[in-house]
Amino acid sequence: MSTPRQYELVYIVTPEASEQEVSDLHSQIEQIIQRYNGTLDKTENWGRRKLAYEIGHHREGTYVVETISGSGELVKEIDRRLRVTDQVIRHLVVRVDEALRVADRTRVARRASQARRRVARGLPPEPAPGEGRGGETDQDDDRGEMEVQR
Amino acid sequence: MSDERGGRGRGGRGGDRDKGKGGDGPRRGGFFRRRRVCRFCAEKIDYINYKDVRMLAPFVPERGKIQPRRISGTCAMHQRKLQTAIKRARQLALIPYVTE
Repeated sequence: MSTPRQYELVYIVTPEASEQEVSDLHSQIEQIIQRYNGTLDKTENWGRRKLAYEIGHHREGTYVVETISGSGELVKEIDRRLRVTDQVIRHLVVRVDEALRVADRTRVARRASQARRRVARGLPPEPAPGEGRGGETDQDDDRGEMEVQR
Repeated sequence: MSDERGGRGRGGRGGDRDKGKGGDGPRRGGFFRRRRVCRFCAEKIDYINYKDVRMLAPFVPERGKIQPRRISGTCAMHQRKLQTAIKRARQLALIPYVTE
């Protein structure tokens, strides 16, 4: 099997559902994950939240966010299950591992180049807290430069 | 008052790119200068989270449409990422598609 992928699953449960029903749904999903040898990395319950627009006559819903590692088949099954569950009024699965990896890489690259530049300027590689950012705002200097160019 | 910004006039590479595009030339009246810096670059946000409504909200004005790059000053890469984030947030009813 290939390396596990990480997904984020967000689903909205009807406001009519009780806490019990929400946690039942959660354990159902957990079971599916176990069946497909995935792992549930994190669960977040946002609780009741107002919807930005009506979904099937509902104005609010309970949001649950789960971070899952597993295969594509696992996600397919979860997707199918949520689709047929009437209590879930909306759900979304997003693959996040790649985007997060890219974000990590750019962060590391930025840190490295910052350190390199700082060392080249004869500064310690890490900026001291409260250092930098602030001085360089919109001065009118570009105006002057424009005129020089013309 | 000219609003010429974004590396133009530095004579360097990339300076000419913005030239054709509207480039917010001299604006009539008392228009305030937009800070034409990509917010995500400036604040070093690498991952635009679709669940963070507070981060997306400034880019979705009242009507519910996505704010164009020429207004917000977001760079092309981040506008693209922002776009997917907003669309995901819309699916989850975190942000409206339209508001009348």
